[in-house]
Amino acid sequence: MLAYVLRRFVVIIPTLIVVSVVTFAIIQLPPGDFFTTLQAEVAETGGGQDKEVIKKLQEVYGLDKPVYVQYLKWVAGFPRLDFGYSLEWSAPVWDVIVSKLAYTVFLGGLSLLFMVVVSIPIGIYSATHQYSVGDHLLSMVGFFGLCLPGFLLALVWMFLGIIILRIDVGGTMSREMVNAPWSMAKLLDYLNHLWPAVVVLGLASTAQLQRITRSNLLDVLGQQHITTARAKGLKERKVISKYAMRMAINPLISVMALEIPKIVGASTLVGIVMMLPTLGPIFLRALRSQDMYLAGTILLFTTLILMLSNLLADIALAWADPRIVYT
Amino acid sequence: MKDAATRSQELFKLYEELADTGEGVEEAAEPVDSVTGKSLEAIYAASQWRLMWRKFIRNRAAIGGGIVILLLYLVALFADFIAPYTLTTRLRGYIYMPPQRIHFINDGKFQPFVYDLNLTIDKNLRKIYTPDLTRKLPIQFFAHGEPYKLLKLFETDVHLFQVPEGAICLLGSDRQGRDMFSRILLGSQVSLTVGLVGVFLSLALGSVLGIMSGYYGGLVDDIIQRVIELVRSFPSVPLWMALSAAIPIGWSVMQTYFAISIILSLIGWTWLARQLRGKVLALREEDFVLAAKLAGASDTRIIFKHLVPASFGHIVVVSTLAMPAMILAETALSFLGLGLRPPVTSWGVLIQEAQNFQSLALYPWVFTPAAVIAICILAFNYLGDGLRDAADPYTV
Repeated sequence: MLAYVLRRFVVIIPTLIVVSVVTFAIIQLPPGDFFTTLQAEVAETGGGQDKEVIKKLQEVYGLDKPVYVQYLKWVAGFPRLDFGYSLEWSAPVWDVIVSKLAYTVFLGGLSLLFMVVVSIPIGIYSATHQYSVGDHLLSMVGFFGLCLPGFLLALVWMFLGIIILRIDVGGTMSREMVNAPWSMAKLLDYLNHLWPAVVVLGLASTAQLQRITRSNLLDVLGQQHITTARAKGLKERKVISKYAMRMAINPLISVMALEIPKIVGASTLVGIVMMLPTLGPIFLRALRSQDMYLAGTILLFTTLILMLSNLLADIALAWADPRIVYT
Repeated sequence: MKDAATRSQELFKLYEELADTGEGVEEAAEPVDSVTGKSLEAIYAASQWRLMWRKFIRNRAAIGGGIVILLLYLVALFADFIAPYTLTTRLRGYIYMPPQRIHFINDGKFQPFVYDLNLTIDKNLRKIYTPDLTRKLPIQFFAHGEPYKLLKLFETDVHLFQVPEGAICLLGSDRQGRDMFSRILLGSQVSLTVGLVGVFLSLALGSVLGIMSGYYGGLVDDIIQRVIELVRSFPSVPLWMALSAAIPIGWSVMQTYFAISIILSLIGWTWLARQLRGKVLALREEDFVLAAKLAGASDTRIIFKHLVPASFGHIVVVSTLAMPAMILAETALSFLGLGLRPPVTSWGVLIQEAQNFQSLALYPWVFTPAAVIAICILAFNYLGDGLRDAADPYTV
C-alpha cells in the first residue's frame, strides 16, 4: 500500500512538468504582456522607482532572454516557493496567492463534505423507497441540481438574495462586519455567508452522487447475499448498512474523484460571482492585466489541487476495497 | 421502466404457453402486446431505429425537452423577424422600462394592446413607470419596422409584431433602452450556435481519435490516451479562461466567435473520444467486424462503413449531452468578459450587462436571460437523458 502511494506520487512529477510547460506556453500566448506595458509607462513618465524594479526583474527572470530560458528560470524558483513576481500587486506571487489558495481548498473541502453527507443518505432513502413520492421528488430536485451548475446557481442565489431576501449576499461577511472584532455575531455572519457558497459549489456533484448511490444500491439490493441476509432475519437497517452499502460504496469513491475537477473548476466561477476570496477573482484579474506569472501559477496550482485530490481518491479506493490488488 | 419489465415477463409467459400447447407462433392467434396493442411480431421484426424511436416517444420529459430545443432553434432562426426591434435599437425615453403586460380584449373585441408608460423619477432618482390608461398601443402584426435581412439573405422590414408609436418591451428594457425580448432572441442565435459549432468540432476530433484509439489499440491507443490524460489533468474552467484571455482584442467578430468554439471543443473532445473508444473496444470484438475483415475490407472501410454507423446512436447521445456544457461555458466566459464581447450579443453578454447587482435590485428584469439559459440547459439535459435511454433499446 505504501509503495503504491509513493509510486503514484512519483508519477505526478513528470505530469506536473508537462503541465508547467503547457501552462507557461499558454500564458505566453497573448501578444505583449504586463511587463512591456509597464515598460512603456515607465518610459513615458520618466521612470523612478519602477525602473529599478523592472531592471531587477529583467535580470532575475531573464525577460530579455529566449522563452525557454525564461521558463527554466521560472521553474527553478519553485523549490524555494518562488513562483515569480506579480507586477500588478507588486509582490511575490506566492504571497499574493497563499491565503486565496487556502480558502479555495477550505471551501472545496467543505463542499466535498457536504456532498457526501447529503447525497448518500438521500441516495439510500431513494433506493429503499423506490418509486415512492419522496423518491420521485428527490430525483427531480437532483436532476435540476445536476443541470444547473455552480455558476448559474451562484447567479441565481445572488439574485434571490438581493431581490427577494434583501440581504447582503456575496463576500465572506457583511460589509459592516469586515472591520469589527471577532464576536459571536461576526462568526454567525461569516457562517451565513459560507453555507450558500458551500451549497452552490457542491449541489451539482451532490445530485450526481445521489443518483449513483441510488442506482448502485438498487443493483446491490437485488443480489442474493442480500436475500440471504434478510432470510437470516437480520434487521433491515443492518442489511442496508452492513451488507448493501458496504458493496455499493466502492464505485461511489470513484464517482467522488470524478466530481472533484468539477468542484475545482466551479470554485473559480462561483468565487467570482459570489465575490469570495478564492483563486478565481485574482485569476481573472491576472488574466485581464496579463500578469503572467500570477496567472500561470494559479493555473498550475489548480491543476495540482486536481491531481492531488485524484490521488487521494485512488488511495481511498485502495483502502476501501481490499479486493483491489495494487502491483 | 416498470411496465417494460412486466411486459417482457408477460411476453415470456405467452411464449412458454404457446410452446406447451405445441402450437407454433404462426398458428396461434396473433399475440398482441398488452401495452401498445401492437402485434408482437411487429415488435420483433422492428429495426433498431424503430425500437429506439418507440422507446424515446414513451419518455415524456425527453419529448418535452426535444420540443423546447426545437422551438428555441426555430426562434433563433427567425429571430430577426420575431423580434420587434434590432440588437442596437435604443428606445429614447424608455430606459429601464419594466416588462409590459399584454391586454387581449379591447372594448369587447379581440385586439391585443399594451398601455403606453408614463415616466416619473422619484426622490432616489429611481425611474418609475406607470401605465397610461388613456393611451392604448394596439399591437400590429406583420407590420413594417426596422430593416433587417431575413435568414441573412432577404432584405425586408416586416416584423411579427410592432406598435405604431411608443414602445413594446415584453421583457422590459435595459440601461440603454434596448428591448430585452429582442436582445434575448437575437442573442440566442449566437449562444445556441456556438455550442453547436463547438460540439461539431469536438465531435470531429473526438470521434476520429476515439475510434482510432479503440480500433488500433497498442501504441496509437497509448499516445492518444496520454494526450487525453494531459488535457484532462487541467481543470477545464481555468484552462478555458486562460485560453480565451489569449484571444487578441483586435480580432473580428467572426474570428472571436470561432476562436471561442475552438477553445470549447479543445477540451470537450477528450470526453467524446473516451466514450467512443469504449464503444469501439466493445464493437471490435463483434462478429460483423470479423466478417468484414475476412471479406478483405480495409481498416478505413471497416471504420467508416461499420464502426461509425454502429456507434452513431452513441455519438448522437454523447453530443446532445455535451451541448449544455458548451452553452454554459460560452455563457460563463462571456459573463467574465473573456469570451464574446459587445457588440456581439450572446446570453452570456446579456448577463454580463446585468452583472451590476445594485441596478439588478431596482430593475430585476434585466436578469431574464439567466432564466432562458436555465430552461435551455434543462431541456437539453432532458432530451439527452431520453436519448441515452433510447439508444439502448434492448435493455428494459
